[in-house]
Amino acid sequence: MSTTLTPKSSPIDSPDLRAWKSASGGGDTSQPPGLLSGAFLQETLAMTRRLFIQLQRRPSTLVAGVIQPLIWLFLFGALFQNVPQGLFGESSNYGQFLAAGIIVFTAFGGALNAGLPVMFDREFGFLNRFLVAPLASRYSIVVASAIFIAALSIVQTAAVITLSAFLGAGWPDPLGLALVVLILLTLVLGVTALSLGLTFALPGHIELIAVIFVTNLPLLFASTALVPLDFMPGWLQVVASLNPLTYAIEPIRYLYLHPDWSLGSVVLQSPWGSISLGVCLAVLIGFCAIALLAIQPLLRRRIA
Amino acid sequence: MPPAVLIEKLKKSYGSVEAVKDVSLTIQPGEIFGLLGPNGAGKTTTIRCLCTLASPDSGNIEINGTSVVDDPKVARQSLGYIAQEVALDPVLTGRELLQLQADIYHIPRKVSRDRIPQMIDLLELTDWADKKTGTYSGGLKKRLDLALGLLHQPEVLVLDEPTVGLDIETRSAVWQFLRQLKAAGTTVLITSHYLEEVDALADRVAIIDNGVVIAAGTPNELKDRIGGDRITLRIREFTPDDEARSAQEMLARLPFVQEVIINSAQGNSLNLVVEPQSDALLSVQQSLKEAGLSTFGISQSRPSLDDVYLAATGRTLMDAELAAVGTRNLKKERKEAMKGT
Ligand SMILES: Nc1ncnc2c1ncn2[C@@H]1O[C@H](COP(=O)(O)OP(=O)(O)OP(=O)(O)O)[C@@H](O)[C@H]1O
Ligand SMILES: [Mg+2]
Repeated sequence: MSTTLTPKSSPIDSPDLRAWKSASGGGDTSQPPGLLSGAFLQETLAMTRRLFIQLQRRPSTLVAGVIQPLIWLFLFGALFQNVPQGLFGESSNYGQFLAAGIIVFTAFGGALNAGLPVMFDREFGFLNRFLVAPLASRYSIVVASAIFIAALSIVQTAAVITLSAFLGAGWPDPLGLALVVLILLTLVLGVTALSLGLTFALPGHIELIAVIFVTNLPLLFASTALVPLDFMPGWLQVVASLNPLTYAIEPIRYLYLHPDWSLGSVVLQSPWGSISLGVCLAVLIGFCAIALLAIQPLLRRRIA
Repeated sequence: MPPAVLIEKLKKSYGSVEAVKDVSLTIQPGEIFGLLGPNGAGKTTTIRCLCTLASPDSGNIEINGTSVVDDPKVARQSLGYIAQEVALDPVLTGRELLQLQADIYHIPRKVSRDRIPQMIDLLELTDWADKKTGTYSGGLKKRLDLALGLLHQPEVLVLDEPTVGLDIETRSAVWQFLRQLKAAGTTVLITSHYLEEVDALADRVAIIDNGVVIAAGTPNELKDRIGGDRITLRIREFTPDDEARSAQEMLARLPFVQEVIINSAQGNSLNLVVEPQSDALLSVQQSLKEAGLSTFGISQSRPSLDDVYLAATGRTLMDAELAAVGTRNLKKERKEAMKGT
């Protein structure tokens, strides 16, 4: 710097800050700020804001993220265009059948990758800023990523739903749409949590990418995203019925076809009986809760 | 009043590498404490344990009387940490990063609204605050890093080699800044492998080598402890070899002279270690005159911290640095570090 830092106009000390510190107990944690505290909200929003600023200044991820599922929908739809009607359950064409699968798979992929930028932050040293700060909870890192991915997924979903409507798939009813969003949010939160858990557990981005790579497509093929359950051999039916993605895909698919849906509607015939929409939601929420709880010890680790 | 920082018998290994074997320090509130040591001595590892980034294998660390292991949040409240490598988000502006920092320390908006411009002004970032940090120069990045570490006005500021790789001007600015901080009552812990830096800044020093504290005290105490004064003299600006050697022989016979070294890198100047006595300088000059030798320049000084390091380890800091080059496997270290603890 050309000039020296002289003790001029700006003092180092801020009386306001000092006052706030002593008022807030200056590190008194007899009542640790919890997940519902203003502190948690503040740090989460700040981290989320950073992610959106990054997106705004580097919009290519958004553009690619919207185009990719549309290409999937378009190409896969074309690929199976001449499949005899009725083969894919009640769907009138494959495009209509596929829309639900693409929506879920896109959201899932986004959430699965959520750990990558955090891993780069970690390798670069930026994550240390969060780790040395008195965060109300490190779940704020998870929730910030999840909010960001969820917002992206909703934009992607809107694009997919719109394109499928043009391809003749129709629209779910408004309440159904709200349920679609709820399903996606739950899935995204759960998968983001797992991805961040891996980020704290694995040695580096190479390992994280490897794990993402070996989970992504297999989970797609072992779900009902591309074909209905009764198309599959018995063992794969079992696997697909254990796959959380199936529990997100089938309700959305059902909502598309049945404006008269209810929570009791049966949406999936699994090898061990019929599963209703309500049960699917419960499974997803359970999955999400287990994922969040499971990563707690990983978040506490000291990883420098 | 408990010490600002207390480290007792800290031990920390990475795999088979004992990064810190036995480090104990006490830092009083309001002082600048220097942790001096060559590359790989264990300075960063000590600081990572202090800042709750790594967990010690054994030993006790307290900040203002609270254990950082049992109660990391309290420690995190009081600490400001400025890492050895500046890590900024290149896409965000300085001001945006400051706001992020304010929020993760839960500073209310009505306080940060004034505090952020204050820090921008204090570190003279005004012209750059609204530009992306990816466009900053190294010195600018360091200044923003300082602003970020200081934003929440920590009671204890920890700086890991804050001036390494900086130009001289920025370095002296950082020094001045740290003195200002001390004047404002902040406790400062700084690591360095620059002797002059620690000598100039620190109220107290610990010299650490191979994961062990080998000497601790005020710079003066340390120098007094090894004893002896240093006299540096030049017979001519460039003294011929034979003249230097005969002067060496002659001076070594003086009763109060312990050692005479010819420094050929400095035009054959002579470096004497002498028993501290007030007339040493005069006596040396006298003997030179009697031997018919002129004096181009002569000065007497106290031992430096490098002499302290030399006395404790048998090598100079510079030698230790050179020896450390090439022995560290950075890739492996990263791997080890990422395994977590
Ligand atoms: N993550 C790590 N994994 C394995 N070894 C490590 C790791 N970090 C440090 N070490 C080793 O521990 C020792 C102390 O390292 P440390 O980084 O604490 O030294 P330092 O005093 O900060 O050095 P420098 O002046 O180079 O920053 C070194 O031998 C180093 O190789
Ligand atoms: Mg270091």
